[in-house]
Amino acid sequence: MSIVTVQLGQCGNQIGFEVFDALLSDSHSSQGLCSKRENEAYQASCKERFFSEEENGVPIARAVLVDMEPKVINQTLSKAAQSGQWKYGQHACFCQKQGSGNNWAYGYSVHGPRHEESIMSLIRKEVEKCDSFSGFFIIMSMAGGTGSGLGAFVTQNLQDQYPNSLKMNHIIWPYGTGEVIVQNYNSILTLSHLYRSSDALLVHENDAVHKICAKLMNIKQISFSDINQVLAHQLGSVFQPTYSAESSFHYRRNPLGIDWHVRPPLSGLPPLGKMSLNKDLHFNTSVANLVILRGKDVQSADVEGFKDPALYTSWLKPVNAFNVWKTQRAFSKYEKSAVLVSNSQFLVKPLDTIVGKAWNMFASKAYIHQYTKFGIEEEDFLDSFTSLEQVVASYCNL
Amino acid sequence: MTQSVVVQVGQCGNQIGCCFWDLALREHAAVNQKGIYDEAISSFFRNVDTRVVGDGGSISKGKICSLKARAVLIDMEEGVVNEILQGPLRDVFDTKQLITDISGSGNNWAVGHKVFGSLYQDQILEKLRKSAEHCDCLQCFFIIHSMGGGTGSGLGTFLLKVLEDEFPEVYRFVTSIYPSGEDDVITSPYNSMLAMKELNEHADCVLPIDNQSLFDIISKIDLMVNSGKLGTTVKPNSLVTSSSGTLKKRHKKPFDAMNNIVANLLLNLTSSARFEGSLNMDLNEISMNLVPFPQLHYLVSSLTPLYTLTDVNIPPRRLDQMFSDAFSKDHQLLQADPKHSLYLACALMVRGNVQISDLRRNIERLKPSLQFVSWNQEGWKTSLCSVPPVGHSHSLLALANNTCVKPTFMELKERFMRLYKKKAHLHHYLQVEGVEKSCFTEAVSSLSALIQEYDQLDTTKNMPVQDLPRLSIAM
Repeated sequence: MSIVTVQLGQCGNQIGFEVFDALLSDSHSSQGLCSKRENEAYQASCKERFFSEEENGVPIARAVLVDMEPKVINQTLSKAAQSGQWKYGQHACFCQKQGSGNNWAYGYSVHGPRHEESIMSLIRKEVEKCDSFSGFFIIMSMAGGTGSGLGAFVTQNLQDQYPNSLKMNHIIWPYGTGEVIVQNYNSILTLSHLYRSSDALLVHENDAVHKICAKLMNIKQISFSDINQVLAHQLGSVFQPTYSAESSFHYRRNPLGIDWHVRPPLSGLPPLGKMSLNKDLHFNTSVANLVILRGKDVQSADVEGFKDPALYTSWLKPVNAFNVWKTQRAFSKYEKSAVLVSNSQFLVKPLDTIVGKAWNMFASKAYIHQYTKFGIEEEDFLDSFTSLEQVVASYCNL
Repeated sequence: MTQSVVVQVGQCGNQIGCCFWDLALREHAAVNQKGIYDEAISSFFRNVDTRVVGDGGSISKGKICSLKARAVLIDMEEGVVNEILQGPLRDVFDTKQLITDISGSGNNWAVGHKVFGSLYQDQILEKLRKSAEHCDCLQCFFIIHSMGGGTGSGLGTFLLKVLEDEFPEVYRFVTSIYPSGEDDVITSPYNSMLAMKELNEHADCVLPIDNQSLFDIISKIDLMVNSGKLGTTVKPNSLVTSSSGTLKKRHKKPFDAMNNIVANLLLNLTSSARFEGSLNMDLNEISMNLVPFPQLHYLVSSLTPLYTLTDVNIPPRRLDQMFSDAFSKDHQLLQADPKHSLYLACALMVRGNVQISDLRRNIERLKPSLQFVSWNQEGWKTSLCSVPPVGHSHSLLALANNTCVKPTFMELKERFMRLYKKKAHLHHYLQVEGVEKSCFTEAVSSLSALIQEYDQLDTTKNMPVQDLPRLSIAM
């Protein structure tokens, strides 16, 4: 089952590169304790999901790179080619000359419609290359203009054209203290739009990942490269092949298929590192959790703690809300590793903070003229606020 | 990648412009070792095959043949432009992109704006259109001028309306040199006031600079270099902007060193748009982030470390010091004290080997001592460009939208009123066709309204920040 990745904007493209790199280098890393046959199945499954084959054997990432200005895409393409291990497709990029200026309205209302055909056509070509297509992985930031605005537009289009395929958006939550001054406006517009068209939002907060780099990894001068590599590592350990409880003989066919039995009007997933597993869960109610275990001793690992009903809501029992996937094949250099993907109240505070800041700014009408210039009116802002307040309220009521 | 066109108007504008092109060439020469015409260079330069006669000589890729500045040079006297065209940069300018006259504007805004404006409107339009045609994707016009004289002030601001009408989608960034208190041009208050109205109405973004600040910065640099304690050495092959013990080079012209600072400002402003980095910042992001309301588009700039403005090897000081200095009033290019006024927004544009953690650490450190407006408590816009300025390891440009510009405008108004009340020299203006008393009164209203806006914001300083009641949702 193949996944097509859409990388949008500077952030999306920088991260996308690290993700494919991490996936492939894990695929090539030592098989650890699992058998040779199993390792080969793992490698084949990984390859099929994320890469297509080329004549000379160099895997090509199943990805479409989109940015409104050329510098980052050029860098990304050359970094991939330099690795010698894999590369991006020659014609897999869509680029323009002038960026979106950190303006969600520009990304959504100007670039979106203008380049809709070209971008969707590139995506379609990539989907057609898949023997068995399972869904989209869309990488974007919320704070800027292209990832956020154009990302929201593209996701909407994907919803229209591929209503039965899964769309998972990987959202980068900006640092609390400004990378971009209008980041809160861009964020609320992005989130409210994605809620209508995305199936799952996988969130990484820059602040949180930064802390991992600083405190857990002791990196002194942290660069975006470091941050993106940590992100890619986490994503890799979620996406690489695993077995589900039911079928122990085939690698799980649906890599994005975190089976949402439940259809509440929201789906937000917070990030959690491998290290801090359930430290905070006692304070947060979860809708659903997924634990992925890789490497040594996975069969004997005790996950009973995750089945505690106290962690979950009253309307979804642990037996339905909790899943565990395993594989004996180790991930990257780690003898054992675990990942927790969680849909819980963890995101309420960051979301509430962003909505609050955006609201304060909106009350003064600061910067609004920059959005109305391109067709995003005050009512659109109000709609976004309303929709996100509902999300916050829903999560609080879990 | 986009292109920008520089329009340099008047004596001041052209002298600064000349310094800018010199530094830009040096910067690109240092970065682009292979001599290939790439997108970074194309932002400010065309690649031309000079053997081709007429217009067809543009080359878009491949080896650099002959670089031509994307510039339009305008002056109503010939002296400065002629000197440029006879100097070392003569081949960089396209001789067809000049508009000159011989009589000058007599330090009279009205002559520059009304007389020369109407006289040269068509030519101006033609040259601008030509330079736009040479661009694949024109993003920005950079206008460089002074406010106190006649040509830069009058014709320079006339241009703004032309640009707005003809190229409404292209940004207009104006670098304006404001007159100092002891300016020797008597009518400079009139010229500045009349020019301000145009800046208020037709510029997207203004970077006000005054000569006194530039002079103070040069003095500081000289002090630093001559103190000898830091073990400075002059770099070989350099256009020295300051001097050291053994090698004393006279400034070629008295304003050279000061103009270099402004030139550096423009280079640093555009570096993240031209070169790669882990967090890019394009020119359209400057306006988007730093202009919360259309009329409040005046940005105070500061460049640190100071030694990046010279060609002298000074061992780099601690990185954090660079950030602290950016907020000190001694480093501003305008006489202003942002630390003790109210920030509406602030941008930090970093070049060189600086990472996101350095940026964050310093923002956290400096935040408590700065006051931000209630609705923009975390109003920081940041960018990281990997390419440092030539010969240095890192640099920082801080752009602040801050109420500290208010005193500059208030002084301008006061100096204006002193003259205007006595009607001194007014007849020089009123005798120009198209100029009436209303021009003056409208200009004063415009400036007063602007000052009023800053006043209102200042009253909110020191008030506790309250979170506004949020929308309540029925579940």
